[in-house]
Amino acid sequence: MIGGNSVMRSLVIQNRTLHALMMREVITRFGRDNLGALWLFAEPMLFTLGITALWTAAGMNHGSSLPIVAFALTGYSSVLLWRNCANRCLGAIEANLPLLFHRNVKVIDIFLTRIVLEIAGATASFAILATFFTSIGWMAPPVDMLEVVFGWFMLAWFGTALALLIGAATAYSHVVEKLWAPASYLLFPISGAAFMVDWLPPAFQKVVLLLPMVHGVEILREGYFGNVVKSQYDAGYMAMSCLILTLAALYLVRDAANKVESR
Amino acid sequence: MIAVENISKSYSTRFGPRTILDNVNFRLERGRNIGILGQNGAGKSTLIRLISGAEKPSSGHIQREMTVSWPLAFGGAFQANLTGLDNLKFVCRVYGVDYKPLIPFVEDFTELGIYFREPVMHYSNGMLTRLAFALSMAIEFDCFLIDEAMVVGDARFHEKCHIELFHKRKDRAFILVTHDANAIKLYCEKASVLQDGKLYPFDTVDEAYDFYNNGLKRLPAA
Repeated sequence: MIGGNSVMRSLVIQNRTLHALMMREVITRFGRDNLGALWLFAEPMLFTLGITALWTAAGMNHGSSLPIVAFALTGYSSVLLWRNCANRCLGAIEANLPLLFHRNVKVIDIFLTRIVLEIAGATASFAILATFFTSIGWMAPPVDMLEVVFGWFMLAWFGTALALLIGAATAYSHVVEKLWAPASYLLFPISGAAFMVDWLPPAFQKVVLLLPMVHGVEILREGYFGNVVKSQYDAGYMAMSCLILTLAALYLVRDAANKVESR
Repeated sequence: MIAVENISKSYSTRFGPRTILDNVNFRLERGRNIGILGQNGAGKSTLIRLISGAEKPSSGHIQREMTVSWPLAFGGAFQANLTGLDNLKFVCRVYGVDYKPLIPFVEDFTELGIYFREPVMHYSNGMLTRLAFALSMAIEFDCFLIDEAMVVGDARFHEKCHIELFHKRKDRAFILVTHDANAIKLYCEKASVLQDGKLYPFDTVDEAYDFYNNGLKRLPAA
C-alpha cells in the first residue's frame, strides 16, 4: 500500500483540495464587487504606500544615505510578509470548521491556503510597487536580484512556520489570540524593518539578531542596496531557526487536528 | 467495506473527560445498509462524524474500502458570500469531479432559479436545505452517511430526497442514524441501537426496535 503511488495520490488530492480552498477563500474574503480578488495585493499595497509616505515625511532613514522610498518599501513589505501570514492563520480553524466534514480537507490545508494567498498578495504588492517606483525614478533597481529573492524566500519561510505555529496554538487556547495582537505590534519595531542592525549599539545588535526575521530583512536589503549598506546577518542561523519552528509547527498542527471538534 | 474497529471517543469537559462512544464495532459491506437508533445525545452524530473522517476517534480504527460521503444534506459549510454555483464548484474541486455536467441536475433539484447564481446569504432555510441535499447527491459515493436530524423540509422535498437516495441509488450502501424507529423500519435491512456510548447490534430491525422501546421504558419517568 505504501509506496510511490500512494504518495503521488495523496499529493494529487492535497493539490486539488488546496485549489478548491483557494478559489473559495478568494471569493469569501474579497467578494465579486469592485476590485474583487485584486484586493489580495491592493490592500498590502495601500498599507505600504501609506507607510512609505509617513517614513519619507519623518526621515526614517536616520540621516543615512539610503534612499528612503526603497528603505521603506523593503522594510514594510517584509513585515507584511510574515505578519499577515500569522494574522490570517489566527482562528482559521474555527472559521473553517464545517469544511472538515469533507475528509480530504485537513487542518493543514486550511492554513496553507491562507498562507499561500498571503504570500502571493505580499509578493505582488512588493513587486508592483518596486517596479512602479523604479520606473518613475524614485528608487534604483536592485543590485543583486538573486539575493533579494533569497531574502524574500527566507522571510516567507519564516512567515509560514510562524503562521502554522500561531494558527495551531489557537486550537489549544484562545489566550494565544489575545497575546498575538500585542506581540505582533511589539515585534514590528524590532523586526529590522525600520532600521539596519548596523545602526544600533552593539549590545542591542546581539539581542535583535536573535529574531530570525531580522536576518531576512538584512539579506533583502543587502541584495537591494549592495555595498551601500553594511548588512549583518547569519543565513545559517535563520535557516536553522526556521527549520526548528517548522518542525515544531508541523507537530502542533498534527496534534491540533486530532483535537478539533467539528460542528 | 467499512470496518469500525474498537472505536472510542471522549471529549474533555471542565469536569474531566466524558466518554461519548465506548468501544464501538461494526462492519458494513458494499451495497448493504444499517440503521442506528439512538436517543438525543446518544452519540449518533459523533459516530457519523467519525465515520465521515471529520474527526478522529480517541482510540480504535476505521477502515474504509469504499468511498464514503460527508454527512448527508449537511449545510453548515455554506459561506454567505458564495453562490449556490460556487458551492457546487467547491465540492466538485475537493472530490476531483467536473462541475459543469452537474449544473442541470442541481438547478433542477434545488428549484433555485436565478438564486442559484446569487450569494447564499439571500437564501431561505428551505433553499439552503435543498442546495445542501443536491450537493450531497452531485458527488457519487459508494456509501452515504445520513444523519436524519439534518434532513428537514416539507413533504414534497422529502419525497424528492427519497427518490434520489433510495430509488436512484438503491445499489449503494448507507448508514442511517436517527431517533425515529419508523424511519429505520422503512429503509434499513439491519439495525443497531446506540445507548450510553455502546452499540448493540441486532439481526432484525424488529429486535432492535423492541430493545430500543423497552430501553426507553426502563428510563425513570421524568
